[in-house]
Amino acid sequence: MKTESVNDAIGEWAGAAAAADTAASQSDHVLPGAPLFSIMPRRGWVSLNLRELWAYRELLYFLTWRDIKVRYKQTVLGVAWAVLQPVVSMILFTLFFGRLAHMPSDGIPYPIFAYAGLLPWTFVSTAVSGAGDSLVGSAALVTKVYFPRLVIPCAAVCAAMMDFAIASVVLLAMMLWYGVAFHWRMLMLAPLTLAAALLAAAAGMWMSALNVKYRDVRYALPFLIQVWMFATPIIYPASIVPERWRWLLGVNPLSGIIEAFRGALFGRAIHWPDLSLAAAITLTALACSAHAFRRMEREFADIV
Amino acid sequence: MKPIITIRGLGKRYRIGERARYGNLRESITNSFSNAIGAVRSRGRNGHGAVEQNHIWALKDVDLDVMPGEVLGVIGRNGAGKSTLLKILSRITEPTAGRVDLYGRVGSLLEVGTGFHPELTGRENIYLSAAILGMKRLEIERRFDEIVAFAEVEKFIDTPVKHYSSGMYTRLAFAVAAHLDPEILLVDEVLAVGDAAFQKKCLGKMSQVAQGGRTVLFVSHNMPSINRLCRRCVLLEDGRVKADADAQSVTAQYMISDTGTMAHRQWPHGQRPGDDVARLLAVTVTQRGRVSDTVDIRFPVEIEMGYEVLKHDAKLLSALSFFDSQGVHLFVSGDLNDPQWSQPRPRGMYSSVCSIPGNLFSEGVVRVAAEVATREPVYQIHLLVYDSVAFQVVDVGESGSVRGRWGRPIPGAMRPLCHWRTANLTQLKAETLHKNASSGVS
Repeated sequence: MKTESVNDAIGEWAGAAAAADTAASQSDHVLPGAPLFSIMPRRGWVSLNLRELWAYRELLYFLTWRDIKVRYKQTVLGVAWAVLQPVVSMILFTLFFGRLAHMPSDGIPYPIFAYAGLLPWTFVSTAVSGAGDSLVGSAALVTKVYFPRLVIPCAAVCAAMMDFAIASVVLLAMMLWYGVAFHWRMLMLAPLTLAAALLAAAAGMWMSALNVKYRDVRYALPFLIQVWMFATPIIYPASIVPERWRWLLGVNPLSGIIEAFRGALFGRAIHWPDLSLAAAITLTALACSAHAFRRMEREFADIV
Repeated sequence: MKPIITIRGLGKRYRIGERARYGNLRESITNSFSNAIGAVRSRGRNGHGAVEQNHIWALKDVDLDVMPGEVLGVIGRNGAGKSTLLKILSRITEPTAGRVDLYGRVGSLLEVGTGFHPELTGRENIYLSAAILGMKRLEIERRFDEIVAFAEVEKFIDTPVKHYSSGMYTRLAFAVAAHLDPEILLVDEVLAVGDAAFQKKCLGKMSQVAQGGRTVLFVSHNMPSINRLCRRCVLLEDGRVKADADAQSVTAQYMISDTGTMAHRQWPHGQRPGDDVARLLAVTVTQRGRVSDTVDIRFPVEIEMGYEVLKHDAKLLSALSFFDSQGVHLFVSGDLNDPQWSQPRPRGMYSSVCSIPGNLFSEGVVRVAAEVATREPVYQIHLLVYDSVAFQVVDVGESGSVRGRWGRPIPGAMRPLCHWRTANLTQLKAETLHKNASSGVS
């Protein structure tokens, strides 16, 4: 409820402000020659404005940190959820695909084979679904304060990285258990994780922008993510896909990334043409997605 | 001197109902289909007609120059474009036409507690909110202790803010905002929440920071505060600048042009004020069972507000504020003493009726602001409509009112019928002496 006493407060401020007013007109306050920025309708091609995004990197950090902090608040299991999801999936897939269906796994024990695929996959799916809901979930921010909106879905992707790091500990334990030899190729895991993050960011920011306008995305997204999972060699090796359909996997950049992830992990040869194609598609998707986001961005505050 | 803000031909067009709903794919597909048909049909005729019909200009052809150090008031009815103007200046939304050049950093206070998260502690929220409002990390660290001391929450700084009282919450949110230091500050009446003592402190701080040349755009419905705060004031009407002159004359003009009364107001679907928790449907003034914009000073007046609750189990508060024609806030009344006040309300249509006793208002125009807010866990306004309805209070000069047979004007913002007892002390003293004397004899 509003109170009349506000006026008194504002009145006091007024006094001081009026004093500042006169002070200002006396002192020669220097304005920049050119405007700091100009506001006008944008049409057609919109620049990404990466410089501004860089200026707001601290906000990206704080929003990521908030997402991580808040994610497992008031849950009994806490961060164990980050581990539980890929581990339970691994157990289920091991039972049904490994034991019952005798799915081949390129000579790697099926549990660790599956987990090595599920780990980056869980990261990508968590990041994409988190980013997809992020803008709508931040409606209060979007309508009240300005900052580059791209920060919001990006923060969701960065926050998913935390789960990835936690779940990686399980992978490490399994590698010791199964006696997987450590190898210099494992250095590739870092750039591969980055590639997965960029791909997730590309999909996530596009979904988040679409979600603002079409809430259908909220319902379609979990389904699409499920389809994506089966279209990616996670619980099966790419080698079981018949040669003439292999190009279909190539179109999906995530399959190149995950195959390379496994290759690096188990010291197998990395299929560079596939990986290069995946990287190229990822970067192209990221650029297109960011531009699409910037174009849709101008409507966000009005329709979110 | 060169202006710090120049606005030229600024316009913002909304599709009708755009704010109220979001699209879904099917609708969008059918729309583009019917638009295509419509375009074919209207080809011979005026092609723009259809577009103009479905759109409203929230802001149109606005030209303004604001000088450095100037404190500019912006007034106007609900929907006149005040908030749209601030949103464009703070780059939250993009204009449809025109151009704004800003020669300084802009900070906007369109809401208190922007970016606060209930699960995070006070400390964490300071960092988060300050970063969202545009402060750099080093700047926050440097000012952290200052902010905490200012908010008076030292003891609870590591407690999640969801356990804060609403007063503490507001204080902390204010404290962060008060330590912002941009060259241009946009303020949208947010200062009207929180307890008064703290607000004074907060505003004192802001003025202290505003040393030499901070420019302020201040949107308010409160004419006295506009008059006190601003030298210059802009009156917006239907998205256009109606007046731009010294504050006194503009507020006077607004008041004179705005004494029209309206006993019943209903909002069409798609334009109902509110958010996804509550939306206002209608406000009605009745006296003795009749809808009327002229009420007898002696009898109770009932204000009914109809609203829709869209979120399940919200703990809501409905309130009405009353203003006189000068914009003085007479009082506010909320359903705080309703026996069900703390009960979460299920979704649905609601009607809250506030009965105001007779012999309370003064004669003249009373303007009513309707509000629905969440009371717990954090006070949050869902809708606040100034000048929702207005009515004229008349004293017909019959018995039963304060006036009695008095024919001259009675000053004062309120006119309660108070009880008076008058005694002639001289006579009383004489009688007492007489009584004592006579009893002393026997």
